[in-house]
Amino acid sequence: MIRYIFTKLWQSALTLVLASVVVFIGVRALPGDPALAMAGEEASPEQLAAIRSQLGLDQSIPAQYFAFVGKMLHGDLGNSTRTGTAVRDLIGTTLPVTLWLSVYAIVVAVLVGILFGVIAERFRGRWPEWLTNGFALIGLSVPNFWLGILAILYLAVTLGWFPASGYVDVIANPLRGLYYLTLPALILGTSLAAVIMRQTRASMIETMSTDYVRTAKAKGLGGGRVLFRYGLRNSLIVVVTIVGLQLGGLISGAVVTERIFALPGFGKLTLDAVFTRDYPVIQAVVLIITLSYIVINLAVDVLYSVVNPRIRVGGNN
Amino acid sequence: MAITVVDPRINVDGAGLGSGRGRIWKSLRGNPLGMAGGIMLAVVVLVAVFAPLIAPYGPAEVHFATPFQKPGTVGFLLGTDDLGRDIFSRMVFGVRASLEVGALCVLLSVLIGTPLGLLAGYWKWLDAIVSRLTDVTLAFPFLIIAVGLAAISGPSLTNAAVALGIAHIPTMIRVVRGETLRIKESDFVLGAKTMDASGVRIIFQHVMPNAASAIIVQATVIMPVAVIGEALLSFLGLGIQPPTPSLGIMLSDAQQYIFRSPTAAIFPGIGIALICLAFNLFGDALRDAFDPTNTSRK
Repeated sequence: MIRYIFTKLWQSALTLVLASVVVFIGVRALPGDPALAMAGEEASPEQLAAIRSQLGLDQSIPAQYFAFVGKMLHGDLGNSTRTGTAVRDLIGTTLPVTLWLSVYAIVVAVLVGILFGVIAERFRGRWPEWLTNGFALIGLSVPNFWLGILAILYLAVTLGWFPASGYVDVIANPLRGLYYLTLPALILGTSLAAVIMRQTRASMIETMSTDYVRTAKAKGLGGGRVLFRYGLRNSLIVVVTIVGLQLGGLISGAVVTERIFALPGFGKLTLDAVFTRDYPVIQAVVLIITLSYIVINLAVDVLYSVVNPRIRVGGNN
Repeated sequence: MAITVVDPRINVDGAGLGSGRGRIWKSLRGNPLGMAGGIMLAVVVLVAVFAPLIAPYGPAEVHFATPFQKPGTVGFLLGTDDLGRDIFSRMVFGVRASLEVGALCVLLSVLIGTPLGLLAGYWKWLDAIVSRLTDVTLAFPFLIIAVGLAAISGPSLTNAAVALGIAHIPTMIRVVRGETLRIKESDFVLGAKTMDASGVRIIFQHVMPNAASAIIVQATVIMPVAVIGEALLSFLGLGIQPPTPSLGIMLSDAQQYIFRSPTAAIFPGIGIALICLAFNLFGDALRDAFDPTNTSRK
């Protein structure tokens, strides 16, 4: 177990270093000379040289890389070239929006996905299964940004159940904040819920036909207890894996969802930065998303080994 | 060279495809949903190929006199958008763009993923290197790859396809690697080894043909994801650039005037959903058909 976690830690650290090299090279590959951009077209060669040495561009590439990593480790992400604001502050205001949205979406998706998965398994061959299967197929085939547009059109505007756009700080005003995030979270969580539903159903079907479940039933255990103790416990492993695997999709989904519902989150920051070629912001955004992605995947792996004893024994021995 | 006398039947026996095509076709035919998916797919491909013949107008042809026409208006089957462009014509060309990006993405992931997966599965020392590379690629969500590419060389159809392709290479590598690990242990490969066949020869002559079904199934899994990915990137402005039509761009345009003309936002979405549904249904059926252990369908 400890050894497994250490292996995973080491691998994640290596991935992180390699990813930072990729980002560093990527930023160097961007078109345009940053010194020229800062100084303007009329700058003299001396001024350009001064700015270059100020930015550290006159040093060797490895030296530049270590300087870059050092700055990142100190939390110095530079300033936005467009507004001059510290990138750290920009991230501080936008990241919570995206985090609330994602966590809300995951919670909704897990609850709905497991519920529908159990329904599909319990009512095999009857209409509730077809209904939930239909939901899963739609969730997987229909792009969520289209669902979002439809939801705004019908649920927000025609029926007036939810606000069509806008964000209210969840900490300052939890009820109102969550209410504003409900529709975006439902939309973001749809495809995740569909995947979880399918896997829950499959794993439930497998578990419920095993010998130990039959034994438990023969012992006279009630249907509900068998369901919770054996069926759902096993599908929990599946759900943890799925959430880990779908994380990339969730990040992309969050960017689009923010765009549709006009939420001032991380996704908006990213897109604005790309369209205005705000390189320090792009670099920081890419690094932070990559970093959190690696860390969350590591957490999923570790969690996975905790809930699934077979992995921690088999793992890397 | 002694190797040339390897009995071709050895390969067929180990294939798992058995008497191959007949059984697959039979399984497909017995699966009405899969057949429906296949037919939808054929229609989608025909629409994409013959787009200029099917569309009554050019995709960027503007009719300023008749904006926001309702579906069913004479001359405009699905109505017109804010510039009076025919929505049906734009969708037909949009389907073409979707499939172009999807096909490019699948091609990229197969061309790069298959050899890497085969090598990593066959030689253990290469496995560690390839696994690290896939981990690094997986550390970047596809949208971030697309953001990076758009920042470096500007948004375009090619960039969207490349970003999607790169994002799908790791899964392809893992699928092919897994298949290779399995096939490597089978009797006909061991047989070939005892006959002194070289590693490269075993990989390409014995392992690759037997991994083909898994690669094809994975391609049908990637395709709908790529189609949605293209729409998503174009919707965000990171993919295909106007005036070239894309279902994603049509959706993002339609959101601007959604209260005036909601149908302009509804049809492109239905288009994307139908393409993906077709691929998902057909892909599921194909997976069932390739799976020799599957007995649920007669």
